[in-house]
Amino acid sequence: MIRGRGRRPRAARAAAAAALFLAAAALVSALTGAADLNPVATAAAIVHLPSSLSPLDRAVLFQIRLPRIVLGALVGGLLSVAGAGYQGVFRNPLVDSGMLGSSAGAGLGATLAIVYLGGAGTSAVPAAAFAGSLAGVAVAYAAGSVTGSGTATLLLAGVAVGLFLTAVQTYLLQRSAQDLQQVYSWLLGSLSGATWQQAAEILPYAAVSVAVVLLHGRHLDVLSVGDEEARALGMDPARIRLIVVAACSLAAASAVAVSGLIGFVGIVVPHVMRRLARTSSYRLVLPLSLTCGAGFLVLADTAARTVVAPAELPIGVVTALVGSPVFVWILRSTSAVRT
Amino acid sequence: MNGTGMNAVTVQDLAVDLDGSPVLRGVSFAAGPGGWLALIGPNGAGKTTLLRAVAGLVPYRGSVLLDGADLGGMRGRGRARLIAYLPQAPVLPPDMTVEEYVLLGRTPHLGYLRGPASRDREAAAAAARRLDVARFAGRRLASLSGGERQRVVLARALAAEPRVLLLDEPTTGLDVGHAQQVLELVDELRRGRGVTVLSTLHDLTTAGQYACRLVLLDRGRVAASGPAADVLTEDLLSRIYAARVTVTAGPGGTVVTPVRRPRPAAP
Repeated sequence: MIRGRGRRPRAARAAAAAALFLAAAALVSALTGAADLNPVATAAAIVHLPSSLSPLDRAVLFQIRLPRIVLGALVGGLLSVAGAGYQGVFRNPLVDSGMLGSSAGAGLGATLAIVYLGGAGTSAVPAAAFAGSLAGVAVAYAAGSVTGSGTATLLLAGVAVGLFLTAVQTYLLQRSAQDLQQVYSWLLGSLSGATWQQAAEILPYAAVSVAVVLLHGRHLDVLSVGDEEARALGMDPARIRLIVVAACSLAAASAVAVSGLIGFVGIVVPHVMRRLARTSSYRLVLPLSLTCGAGFLVLADTAARTVVAPAELPIGVVTALVGSPVFVWILRSTSAVRT
Repeated sequence: MNGTGMNAVTVQDLAVDLDGSPVLRGVSFAAGPGGWLALIGPNGAGKTTLLRAVAGLVPYRGSVLLDGADLGGMRGRGRARLIAYLPQAPVLPPDMTVEEYVLLGRTPHLGYLRGPASRDREAAAAAARRLDVARFAGRRLASLSGGERQRVVLARALAAEPRVLLLDEPTTGLDVGHAQQVLELVDELRRGRGVTVLSTLHDLTTAGQYACRLVLLDRGRVAASGPAADVLTEDLLSRIYAARVTVTAGPGGTVVTPVRRPRPAAP
């Protein structure tokens, strides 16, 4: 029994179900929209089989819908795996990438680019958000390490740094009201301008950060017994924390750079995975979050571009509408409240 | 017993400072091989700190030897493979299964990026069988009773196949029956596998019954050490614990009984 006969098939089943969910979400998204595509022909075209799709439909599929699906899947997977990683590091299922100064740093970076770089600012927003996100976490981590060594100190330092960066951003916006619209539409998140180019740009960062986080699932499981016992088991908790936080921050920064701020994904997806797979082991929760987070954001984006068509809802609004009730559900059910 | 046998632990002139104040000074003793040494002493005497120093979890001066080899330069996985440490209140992640938890004990044997192999699963399964927790391997830790939890925690420690077991108050929160079960289990383990046990035990009678030797700590120094008959004396205990006790010979060993202060006569 303890040799894993019970666990392995369950893990395999869960992985298969997650992959199916992502594939189904991608197909639903590819078929949904103003242009009415034939389902069979679309599926055949995606997997490069002979297809009866017209050249115009092909263009819609390959130049508009698929890049958006791929980018959405990347962003959703990155945000979810980063959220799960942070939750492992902080031993708290309610922690998200945004709480460690990452979102506030990205917001300030994007605002700086829009306010001070004028017309060139728009194209500089992704890089500025990426740099801002990483800088926000670095400052939070430094502040947390100077003031103490525990996870609670680090988290509170992240909140403090986040509040400070947001205050600076608000001040900048107040002085530059004409940029309000542009900054806010970025803050609420969107995948509407998705291109293959954007997906290709974040792919290297995504690959490295996801690989590093996934390789540390077992270490996060050990960390769940606390620093003292993890050390007694021969592990260096501070080093694991630094590595995982760095990788998760890179993942979150890559996502934020191309999508703006999309909330709740990093909290909701890992929690639902824990429930559905009935496990708390990060060796399973991390890959499942990656896959199902990708599928979830593809569906959320499909809703964002169709619910009020031809207009679009910001995707951050969609995830917040889904995410906040789930957040309350987590609060009710989670052991975080008990501890 | 100065470090020539198997799994003999020797502590020489150990000193620990925490936050700049001295917690342990000049502590020396020898334990094992395959013996059980109990650390006793009033609250704040430094018992837990001593265990943590032997585990390598706090910096110390002096030396800790295992079979004559100094563990001083040994940290991390190397030390964790030799010595298993169980704190007084182990953290049990509520949603983790017994199986997953026991397998965590193999951590010191795993490479940085290598997960548990079949050899590790076998060691964990053997430890689970030995402590009779394999029956409920799939249960969540939150669902276990106090006695089951303590057995699961011991199984995790045993999964590492350590040569020394450090237990901080292993019977905390257990009723007398479950406490006895746990102590008997630990006793079997050390006799059967030659594991040397160092434990703190607040119950002096229990300490005298199960341990081969006692070390009585007082304000960071060794006040007395030796077999129960030498350490558990009315004179020593009443002086160091500032307590009123009587010490009598019972069927299972020395019995230490607290004595209530005489009540004033009713008016």
